[in-house]
Amino acid sequence: MLALHLAYWQETILRLVIGLAALLGLTGAVVYLYLFKFVSFMQSRLGPMEAGPYGSLQLLAEVGKWLQKEDVFTERADRFVFAASPFVVILSTFLLFVVVPAGPTDEVAHMSNSLLYALAVSAISVIGILMAGWASANKYALLGGLRAAGQLVAYELPMVLAVIGVVISAGSLNLQHIVAAQSTGHVFGWSGIGNPYILTQFTGFLIFLIAMQAELTQTPFDMPVAESELVAGYMVEYTGIRFLVYFIAEFATAIGFSAIAATLFLGGWGLPASWGIGHEAMHVVGPIVISAKTVLLTGVVFWVRFSFPRFREDQLQRLAWKFLIPLALGNIVVTACLKVAF
Amino acid sequence: MAPSKPQLPGVFKGLGVTLKEAFKTMFPDGLAKPPSPSRGAQTVQYPREKETPANRSRGVISLHEDNCTSCMLCVRECPDWCIYIEAHKTLAPPRRAGGKPRAVNTLDRFDIDYSLCMYCGICVEVCPFEALFWTPEYEYSEFKIADLIHDKDRLEQWFDTVPEFEAYESGSEAKVKKVPPKGAS
Repeated sequence: MLALHLAYWQETILRLVIGLAALLGLTGAVVYLYLFKFVSFMQSRLGPMEAGPYGSLQLLAEVGKWLQKEDVFTERADRFVFAASPFVVILSTFLLFVVVPAGPTDEVAHMSNSLLYALAVSAISVIGILMAGWASANKYALLGGLRAAGQLVAYELPMVLAVIGVVISAGSLNLQHIVAAQSTGHVFGWSGIGNPYILTQFTGFLIFLIAMQAELTQTPFDMPVAESELVAGYMVEYTGIRFLVYFIAEFATAIGFSAIAATLFLGGWGLPASWGIGHEAMHVVGPIVISAKTVLLTGVVFWVRFSFPRFREDQLQRLAWKFLIPLALGNIVVTACLKVAF
Repeated sequence: MAPSKPQLPGVFKGLGVTLKEAFKTMFPDGLAKPPSPSRGAQTVQYPREKETPANRSRGVISLHEDNCTSCMLCVRECPDWCIYIEAHKTLAPPRRAGGKPRAVNTLDRFDIDYSLCMYCGICVEVCPFEALFWTPEYEYSEFKIADLIHDKDRLEQWFDTVPEFEAYESGSEAKVKKVPPKGAS
């Protein structure tokens, strides 16, 4: 262990800075890796190639561009609400990241019911989006905001229900305990790879991924920002740094949800206990493991995003209410029965 | 309308298509060889490498001044009025010995404003004297919009890049365009 004794406030600041750096670094990496490059390859083109080697500094150029833009308010906008909304959305993202464990004690804040907290704060972004839609004084923004609210509320439910299967299996609402349960678990008596819940909770995993895609308003579910009918939905009036904050929030939330999904279903920072890696080593290995799993899952999000066309509004709601929620409820029942039986 | 059921195999087929395309772009020589997306991609990095446009592509319109009779047909047919012609009459020597000197039009000005031109090609079609030709050259952007007005000397320079006429497919009723020999003027 590090022989370092920090005061509580020093430790808190250190955790916040490292957490923020990890979040923004991962977001940048994912945007370059998937949004710029992987998608370009899917479309048989190269993507950015000029800024830096293989276009790796493109993101910096884009951020620099957005920072220089004029900060425009519409004439009849509710200025305070309009200005605050992107920060409410990104706040929800940052709060989500607070509880993602990256090692035995490596999380920004210790909480006993951290999963409950994560699901709760992820819903705050709805308020920010509604604020943006209403305060813009623009019919497209309002429609986009309402669609987003309807969609996020509809898909919050299957997401929470899908998670309950994991909670029943692990017997805890604490993400650290869930990671430990997967690390020390066994599948039919075999503990070679522990028991990542993607194996026993595969239905839950699929429901979570679909709901996550919808929560992120990524493409098959991007009705709120459907550019062909709503221009850019609730973001239509935003420019400059406020748009940049929305942009960062969109992809940082993708990271946040992927990290939660990786923790719940892929074993989080933990490696199978039977591999015998020491507790101290996991402080170093853990963050790498969780980052790799998170980036991998984010890749799935972008892969799906750039493969499928957009759902219609009614199809989108039907998928949530008539298919995903009953399926998630069934999953809970089956999981509970099996939990009691074994 | 009956609600359509999600077609599961189709969903995965779609994911497979995009993934396969991504790998085809990344590894044009197969997965065992090192990745080389710049060869796998269908696009070219434009200012560094250039594609040769097709022979008959509509890049810029060139003028062969010797063939122009200032008949103004192109000016009047141009949908957005981007051709400007001014001419005066001069006397040319008679065609046969002992004949009268002929009155011919000499161009003072023949401008095409490429900031207005929409590349419809009607002027080229309508010219009865084979004075206007398409050329595939496309790099003539300017910093000032006024510089997009090409005068008759500039248009004459483009004439050197006019490709030889390529015969149309059989069955085409389009007229054959005769390209005069280069450097005649």
